[in-house]
Amino acid sequence: MSVWLHKQRNLLDFTLSSLSRRRGKTLGMMAVYTAIVFVLASVMLFAHAIRQEAAVVLAKSPEVLVQRMVAGRHDLIPARHLDAIKAIRGVQSAEGRLWGYLFDPAAVANYTLMVPTNPRIEPGMVVIGDGVVRVRSADPGDLMSFRAHDGTLVQFKVDKAIGRDSALVSADLFLVSEDDFRRLFGIPAGLFTDLAISVRNPREVAKIAEKIDAALPDTRIILRDEILRTYESVFDWREGMLLVLLAGSILAFAIFSWEKASGLSAEERREIGILKAVGWETGDVIRLKMQEGLVVSLSAFLIGYLLAYLHVFHFGAGLFEPVLKGWAVLYPKYRLTPFVDELQVATLFFFTVFPYTIATVVPIWRAAIVDPDTVMR
Amino acid sequence: MLFQPAIIALLLASLVGTVMVTASVPFAVGVLRGWDTASGSENQLEMEKRTYLVSTLLVVVLVSELASLILFVFNADRMSSLFVGAMCAVGTLNINDWGFPTLYLKIVVFFAASAWLVLNHVDSRGFDYPLVRVKYGALIALAPLMAAAAGVQLAYFLGLRADVIASCCSTLFSGATQITTDKLAAIAPEASLVALSAALGGMMVLGRRALVTGRGAVAYAVLSLVTFAIAMEAVVAAISVYVYELPHHHCPFCILKGEYGHVGYALYLPLFTAAALGVGGGIAQSSARIGSLAEAAPRIMRRCVGWSMAGFGLFGAVTAWLIWRSHLILIEQSPVNSILSILPGGPP
Repeated sequence: MSVWLHKQRNLLDFTLSSLSRRRGKTLGMMAVYTAIVFVLASVMLFAHAIRQEAAVVLAKSPEVLVQRMVAGRHDLIPARHLDAIKAIRGVQSAEGRLWGYLFDPAAVANYTLMVPTNPRIEPGMVVIGDGVVRVRSADPGDLMSFRAHDGTLVQFKVDKAIGRDSALVSADLFLVSEDDFRRLFGIPAGLFTDLAISVRNPREVAKIAEKIDAALPDTRIILRDEILRTYESVFDWREGMLLVLLAGSILAFAIFSWEKASGLSAEERREIGILKAVGWETGDVIRLKMQEGLVVSLSAFLIGYLLAYLHVFHFGAGLFEPVLKGWAVLYPKYRLTPFVDELQVATLFFFTVFPYTIATVVPIWRAAIVDPDTVMR
Repeated sequence: MLFQPAIIALLLASLVGTVMVTASVPFAVGVLRGWDTASGSENQLEMEKRTYLVSTLLVVVLVSELASLILFVFNADRMSSLFVGAMCAVGTLNINDWGFPTLYLKIVVFFAASAWLVLNHVDSRGFDYPLVRVKYGALIALAPLMAAAAGVQLAYFLGLRADVIASCCSTLFSGATQITTDKLAAIAPEASLVALSAALGGMMVLGRRALVTGRGAVAYAVLSLVTFAIAMEAVVAAISVYVYELPHHHCPFCILKGEYGHVGYALYLPLFTAAALGVGGGIAQSSARIGSLAEAAPRIMRRCVGWSMAGFGLFGAVTAWLIWRSHLILIEQSPVNSILSILPGGPP
């Protein structure tokens, strides 16, 4: 065992010294390799972090949402549906929700209006999200007015702003009281936007959804798990698309590494010739060259991944943000929670180290089979 | 579904691997036909040089094939959140008819590839390319296997459909996914655990004999595959039940999940490695008859068998630990329980 270790250590020593003898070439190779890993890792880390964020946000949302459908469109749902739902065994609570969107011409942006039930908002007051504070430069105590559905003016006094910690979900929030909401949009009492239902036992969710579907045929039932799954698919898809687009660069990288590995300098050829003349076998030379590749691969992978980590979690992933997260006027400013996933690292390893290794095998072999007498002459 | 990063990586690996192996088949045929170390013809010299290329390429490809089995299972487990009704890898693999065939073929490729790698390693120890014909004959057999695995895997990934966006109510109307492990699970846990301990004990005895006398490694190889099957059976029938502490949950995949501390990897990695190395030991021993390998082959055999025994031992130790720490009592009338109840503190 120790003999084996000793041999590997000597080989590694030799590898490192021969890499450092050709510093320019090695550094050039490393730079390109690191850049490739950096780009791919940034995409993957960002997509995963944002997926994680969505899952965290959705974890607190109600298990089941019920919306009324009229002619295939979402419509207001009458409060009497609540009684039918509450009668179903296993439903812990059901309540009507009021929410919608409001276009603010002054900010040229859409706000998300919601009526919170706990704690309630005083009529005439409003609690606004961080994004709204930014676009309207509103402070607590300021007045904001909007045209209601019938043209009359509805005035709100800013009560307070929501902190930036939850900006991902609250940036465009505009929380008002129930009376104000109904006045703004002309929604009569007894109608809600949709119904939120919480279920105590997660294994009963599907059955309860089935019962609601049977009892209220004019409704659409949305489960939290479905939303989660959809988000996951969408982000996976975006990430995959970007990776496929980047496949060209992986290919270019493979060609580059092939070129680099096959362009042996006269000195390198002589070095291999001398090694073979002093008794190295072809297999040993191949092992040496493969080990050089391994050293370059692992260092580039580590550096590239670290840089990508810094890029995504400390500098907001400026390079890929628009593609992966979409775009809006009131986009939240937030910092992603760092999250490294094992599967991701393994996948990235396959995407970079595997093509590199395959691409360099043939040039390495070409170098290793040279006859000592031809190169030393 | 094809746009999942891990799926792209798996497809990439299997495509490159299959292309490489298939591309070496003509060379392998050439070796089988015209290999002659005694000849100094240009053709022979060219082949001798080229065999280095082919074996280096194949080492890279086959090692990636071993890694891709782990990645495949890990990914299947991870993807379960994307499918309605899927709770772990079983659900994902059951999405279409190709899931389980892919897994089985990948396991077969795993063993074939590791056997080939041992063969290659043994061959590289001899100065006169002693096993070159066997090696390339095996390669020709390996090529269709890898192509089949790659094709089935592609069919599986192409057939993955999770039309969640299209139909929000799909949950309500899709049937439950089930796997037919009933037959395996029906075996009594007592019987499977007794069989497992007998098999592991037998392996230790055989392995010791192979280490001391240098003989019996072929029997060890055959029995390590049998033990592998018995161990997998025991995982389904008893070990997983102890992990979940639910008498009716027999899933061999859920133990890979984070909820159970990824403990499945601690079981499967030693088991797969042990079985593969056991087979390798048999291969090494049967090549010891060749003159140029008379010294190297037994050494490799001992190393393979030694590590294989360590793997089986680790598997047994992990199993014992899982049963010991479990709160479930599956076998009431067992001598172990009566001992445990006498001990101060009793069973945990």
